Amino acid sequence: MAEFDATLLSRIQFAFVIAFHIIFPAFTIGLAAWLATIEAAHFFTGRPVYRRVFDFWLRVFSIAFGMGVVTGVVMAFQFGTNWAGLAERAGSIQGPLLGYETFTAFMMEATFLGVVLFGRNRVAPWFYLLACICVSLGTLLSSFWILANNSWMQVPVGHKLVDGRIVPDDWLQIVLGQVQLVRWPHMVLACFLTTGMSVVATASWWLLRGRHRDEALVSMRWSLGLMAVLIPAQMFVGHLAGDIVHRFQPAKFAALEARFETQQPASEVLIALPDPDTGKNLYAIEIPRLGSLIASGTLDSREVGLNTFPPQDRPPVLLPFFTFRIMVGMGFVLLGIAWVGVALAWRGALERARWFQILGLICFPAGFVAVLAGWFTAEVGRQPWAIYGILRTADAVTPSLVTMDVALSLLAYVAVYGIVYSFGLTYIFRLLRDGPRDFAAPGDGTAKRPMSLAAATAPGRE
Amino acid sequence: MDHDTLILFWVAVLGFAILVYGLLDGFDLGVGMLFGLSQNGTDRDAMQAAIAPSWDGNETWLILIGTVLFGAFSEVYAVLLSALYIPVLLLLIGLIFRGVAFEFRKQSGAAMRPVWDFGFWAGSGVVAFVQGAAIGTMITGVPVVDRHYAGGSFIWLKPFPILCGIGLMAGYALLGACWLIRRGQDSLRARAFLWARRAATGMVITLGVLAALALVLRPEAAATLLERPRAMVFPALWAAVVIALFASLRSERRSAFPFLLTALSFVSAFGFLAAAFWPWMIPGAVTVADAASPESSLRFMFWGAGLFALPIIIIYTAVIYRVFRTGPVTTY
Repeated sequence: MAEFDATLLSRIQFAFVIAFHIIFPAFTIGLAAWLATIEAAHFFTGRPVYRRVFDFWLRVFSIAFGMGVVTGVVMAFQFGTNWAGLAERAGSIQGPLLGYETFTAFMMEATFLGVVLFGRNRVAPWFYLLACICVSLGTLLSSFWILANNSWMQVPVGHKLVDGRIVPDDWLQIVLGQVQLVRWPHMVLACFLTTGMSVVATASWWLLRGRHRDEALVSMRWSLGLMAVLIPAQMFVGHLAGDIVHRFQPAKFAALEARFETQQPASEVLIALPDPDTGKNLYAIEIPRLGSLIASGTLDSREVGLNTFPPQDRPPVLLPFFTFRIMVGMGFVLLGIAWVGVALAWRGALERARWFQILGLICFPAGFVAVLAGWFTAEVGRQPWAIYGILRTADAVTPSLVTMDVALSLLAYVAVYGIVYSFGLTYIFRLLRDGPRDFAAPGDGTAKRPMSLAAATAPGRE
Repeated sequence: MDHDTLILFWVAVLGFAILVYGLLDGFDLGVGMLFGLSQNGTDRDAMQAAIAPSWDGNETWLILIGTVLFGAFSEVYAVLLSALYIPVLLLLIGLIFRGVAFEFRKQSGAAMRPVWDFGFWAGSGVVAFVQGAAIGTMITGVPVVDRHYAGGSFIWLKPFPILCGIGLMAGYALLGACWLIRRGQDSLRARAFLWARRAATGMVITLGVLAALALVLRPEAAATLLERPRAMVFPALWAAVVIALFASLRSERRSAFPFLLTALSFVSAFGFLAAAFWPWMIPGAVTVADAASPESSLRFMFWGAGLFALPIIIIYTAVIYRVFRTGPVTTY
C-alpha cells in the first residue's frame, strides 16, 4: 500500500493543480483562435452579427483566461517548491524551454489581451485585429514550449550526462524532435476540438430555448465545419502519438493496453477490469490479432507485456488503461457530433433538429474529458519516471520537503481552487446562458440585457 | 561569446526583470492595498480600472523572473523555492485572489462583491509582504548543503524578514499612490497624495530600522561595505531621491514626478543590494558562478529569448502603455 509521504502528496498536488489548470488553456487556446477568426471576419465583411458573436465570446474568454493565468502562475513555481530534485538536475534543459514560453508567449498574450479587452475604442481596427492575432499566437506558442518540455520528459533526447547533471547537447533535437512534432499538434488539435464542441453546445442551448438565432447558427456552422475537418486529422495524429509510445515507452504501451504477458500475435483488450496483482483482465472483451494490427500494423507481430519489465520499472495499469479508452471514446463522440452536424447543416436542418441540439448540449464536456484523460494516460503511464529512463519521480522531489507542509499546501490549493472554480464556473455559466447582448455601450460592464424576444426570433440576415 | 559573458548577460536580464516587476506590479499591488483603505465605491471602481489593462502583463514579469532563474540559475531556483515553501504558497494564493477579483467583481452580484473586494486588497497585501520577506530571508542567510536547501519550514518567520515584508508593503503602497496621483480623478487624487505621504513615511522608517538591525545582526557585513565604498553611492542617491519625493508630494496637482522619484528610490535600493552582495546570489551560500547553467543552456536562451524576444517585449509593452496613457479606462 502506498504511503502518504511527501513524494506521493506532491504528486497528488501536482496532478490536482495541473489538471485544474489545463482545463482553461484547453479552452482558451481554441477560443483565442476562434476570436481572432471572428474578428477577421468582422474586419473584412463588416457584418454586425460577427461583432456580437465576438463580444459575447470575449467576455467568456476574459474569465476563462483570467482563471488560466492565476492557476498557471502556480505551475511556474511547483518545479522549485516540490520538485527541486528535478529542477536542479534537469533545470538546464527544462528551464530554458519554460523561459522561452515566458519570453515568446506569456508576455505577448498578457500584454495584447489588455488591448483586446479594453482598447477597442483606443486603437485602429487593424491594430485591434493584430492584437487578437497576437493573443492567439501567444497561446499557441505557449502550448508549443510546454509540449516541448513534456515531450522531452517523455522521451529525453539531445542531452548528455555531466557529473550527474543533465546537460543540453543538441537543442534542435530537444525542441523540434519527432516526438514533439507529433505531440504538439495532438494537443493543439485537442484544444481546437474542445473549444469547437463548447461553441456548438452553447449555440445548441440557445436554439433549444429559441434565442439568439443568428448568432447560434453562425457559431454552429463555423465550428461544426471546423470540427468535421479537424477530428479525422486528430485521429491520424493520435495514431502517430500512439506509435511513439509503442516505440519509445514500451512499458507505458503495455500498461495502457493492459498487456500483462508478451503475446504473439497480440490480441486487443477492448474493455476489461485489469487486475495488476494477478496480472489478469477480468470481464475482458478481446479481439484476437487486433492488438498486433494496432501496435505494429501487422496481424502477427510480437507485442511486449509488462512481465518484460522489472517490477520497480512498471507503471500503474488501471489509470492509463481506462483514461486511454475514455480519450479514444470521446474522440468518436466528437466525430459523430461533427459529421452528423455538418450533414444537418448541409440540408439546412440544424435549426429544426431539436434532437441534435439536445445531443450537442449534452456533449459539452467531451473535449475537456478527452484532454484530461489523455494527459492522465501520458503522465501516469510515464511512471515511475519523472524523466523517462533517467530520473525517477521519487528522486525528483525536493529533499528538504516536510510531509506536513505538502499536506497543508495541498489542502490550501483544494480549498482555494474550490472557491475560485465554483464561482468562476458560475459566472461563465451565466454568461453562456444569457448569450450575446446588443452592442454594449462602452463602460456598460455589468448590465445583462438579453436581446429582446422579437429581435431574437426575427428572420436573420443569413 | 564565452560562458562568463553569457552569465553576466543573464544576471543583467534577471536584475532588469526584478526591477521592472517591482515597479510595474508594485504599483498594481500598491493600488490593490490602497483599495482596502478606500470605502467609496466610485473610487474603488476607478482604482481597479486604473490597473485593469496592465496587471496581467505586469504579473507576467514575475513568471519571467521565475523562468530565468529556472533556466539560467536552476540551483537558486531550486534552493529558494524549497526554502520558501509556505511563503510561496501564500504568494500564489494571494496572486490568485488578486487576479480573479478583476473579472469576478464585475460578474458578481452585490452579495459576493465584498468577498472579492476583500480578496483583492488582502491578496495584494499578502503578495507584497511575502516578496519583502523573501528578500529579507535571503539577506539573513539560507543554509545550502549539496546544492539543495537544508533548513526548516519557518526560516522566513524572523523579525528581519518580517520587517522587510512590511517595508516592501509600504514601498508598493507608495508606488500605487503615485500611480493614482498620475491617473486618478480629483477626489481620488487628493486621497492618493495623503496615502503617498503616509506610505513614504512608513517606508523611510522601516528601512531605517532595517539598516540599524542589519548592522547589529551582521556587524561583519558593515565591515564588508567599508571595503566597497562605491556601493555607498546608492544609499546617498536614495536619500536625495526621497527628499525630492517628499517635496514633490507637497503640491496637489496631477504629476508624473512622484512616481518617477519613487521608481528611482526602488532602483537605488535594489542597486545597493546588488552592489553589497555581488557575486553572491544567495548571500553566503550560492554565487552567480555556482548557480549558472551550462554554457549551451545560456547560449540557447541568449540568441532567441535574450537578443530577440526581450527587446520586442520591451517595445510592445511601451506601445501598450502609450495606448492606455490617458483618460479613464472603460470596460468592454
